[in-house]
Amino acid sequence: MAGPDGRLDGAWAERWLRESARVIAEHREELIDLDRAIGDGDHGENMDRGFKAIVAKLDDESPDSVAAALKMAAMMLMSKVGGAAGPLYGTAYLRASTAVADSDALDGQAVAAMLAAGRDGIVARGKAQSGDKTMVDAWTPAAEAAVTADPADGVAALVAAADAAETGAEATKPLVARKGRASYLGERSAGHLDPGAVSSALILRAAVTAAESGSGAGGPGAGA
Amino acid sequence: MKKLINDPQKVVDESVEGFGLAHSDLVTVHTDPIFIGRVGGAVPGKVGLVSGGGSGHEPLHGGYVGKGMLDAAVPGPVFTSPTPDQIVPATQAADGGAGVVHIVKNYTGDVLNFETAGELCAAEGIEVRTVLVNDDVAVEDSLYTAGRRGVAGTVLVEKIAGAAAERGDTLDAVEAVGHKVVANVRSMGLALTPCTVPHAGKPSFDLAEDEIEIGIGIHGEPGRHRVGLEPADALTEHLLTPVVEDLGIGSGEKALLFVNGMGGTPLSELYIVYRKAAQLLADRGVAVERSLVGNYITSLEMQGCSVTVLRLDDELTELWDAPVHTPALRWGA
Repeated sequence: MAGPDGRLDGAWAERWLRESARVIAEHREELIDLDRAIGDGDHGENMDRGFKAIVAKLDDESPDSVAAALKMAAMMLMSKVGGAAGPLYGTAYLRASTAVADSDALDGQAVAAMLAAGRDGIVARGKAQSGDKTMVDAWTPAAEAAVTADPADGVAALVAAADAAETGAEATKPLVARKGRASYLGERSAGHLDPGAVSSALILRAAVTAAESGSGAGGPGAGA
Repeated sequence: MKKLINDPQKVVDESVEGFGLAHSDLVTVHTDPIFIGRVGGAVPGKVGLVSGGGSGHEPLHGGYVGKGMLDAAVPGPVFTSPTPDQIVPATQAADGGAGVVHIVKNYTGDVLNFETAGELCAAEGIEVRTVLVNDDVAVEDSLYTAGRRGVAGTVLVEKIAGAAAERGDTLDAVEAVGHKVVANVRSMGLALTPCTVPHAGKPSFDLAEDEIEIGIGIHGEPGRHRVGLEPADALTEHLLTPVVEDLGIGSGEKALLFVNGMGGTPLSELYIVYRKAAQLLADRGVAVERSLVGNYITSLEMQGCSVTVLRLDDELTELWDAPVHTPALRWGA
């Protein structure tokens, strides 16, 4: 189970969001190029703008729970990102926030519930299915993998989810897009990674990094 | 990239600011969040009309704010849809108490953001209806895509629904007229050159000197077919034929013919396209009773055009002819 250093509480959620902002900024150009190939080239720019806004908000006030952090992220993404990514990620974080509303610290079961709720939000908003070459192709395997981890261990669930998201994102390459702007390319969309699936995998890996870097930076309950 | 800009990140802000200064008799520009409203605000008792989408398509949508057309327009970043935190205040500003119609082009980002905004407005007590424009026949099989894109037909939807709202139609009626225009309008476009999005700094696709892309959308996204350059008459036929066939318009019917420039093509060439398109419609026995030629929904400096046909009846003709006074479209007022 999650040790005191890996406690998945509000402080972890804040570290997750900050780490997400860092990796998105680092991969900004890569996401733009992926999106230029099959979309309109703004995914890296839009995600970077949204996560920079989240960090600016975090610098103002620290959320006191996972749910509060995720809800704040949802609001910032919806109001700053635009495009398809803003409402999709925004809905994912909002539903995830609701799913963990009663948890002070997430165990494996809570992580799985959080990821499943996020995935369900994306599916509901975007009306995409697995195999459509979208974010869903990273989130669905992630949510499914989290359930197979030790229900008591939050970090293990995150690791399983991040691994599965990366495999899922990689698997979008040969697919023909059926949703979003890439769908207009038809067969020409095959042979390229889906930018939304790639950014999803980056963000889920950031959750693991944030859990592993928690030593000494835990919330009030750390070390208990 | 050679553009009349200061900073790629400030293109939209500075452009909208200039737009507001140039047309202060017609529009009010709100900042933080950015949206464009009708001068004097909502008209009490009138159904409000709001549209929006990525910037880079000027004069769409801000250019159509004013009497007889839109009450508010919401510009997003270049080629990126606006966000709900812009759409919600724009909708509130457009609400005269009779409800608001959102006119949305069928692009995933636009649809999702307006949908989210519509839910938030409903929670605020504003009744919002949506007219989704999907006139682009270039997207052949909508079963396996996000569906047909909304392109040049959007201008006609905004004009005609705007006239219905202006004459005092109810929310139900304005929405119904919007759907009626959508059901009777089809478009198809082509690109001779790509465009360059300011913050990307490089062309959005590559096209050889002797190639053109048929079936482009309005974001410089590639179309369905790439063919060699041909004379204007042949290209016009490539655009008009699928439009007419999909619309199923034929002998004895009346139409509005709209040739739209994508931003980088001179009017002289648009009229060459119009000439051929009008001949082709006449050959089919379709009476072209109204026309529109010019840069009304653009893709930055992209060269190319689209051809749009709207099937007219007495009601649509009357609403098209009704007075309009906006920065980009004005007659009878």
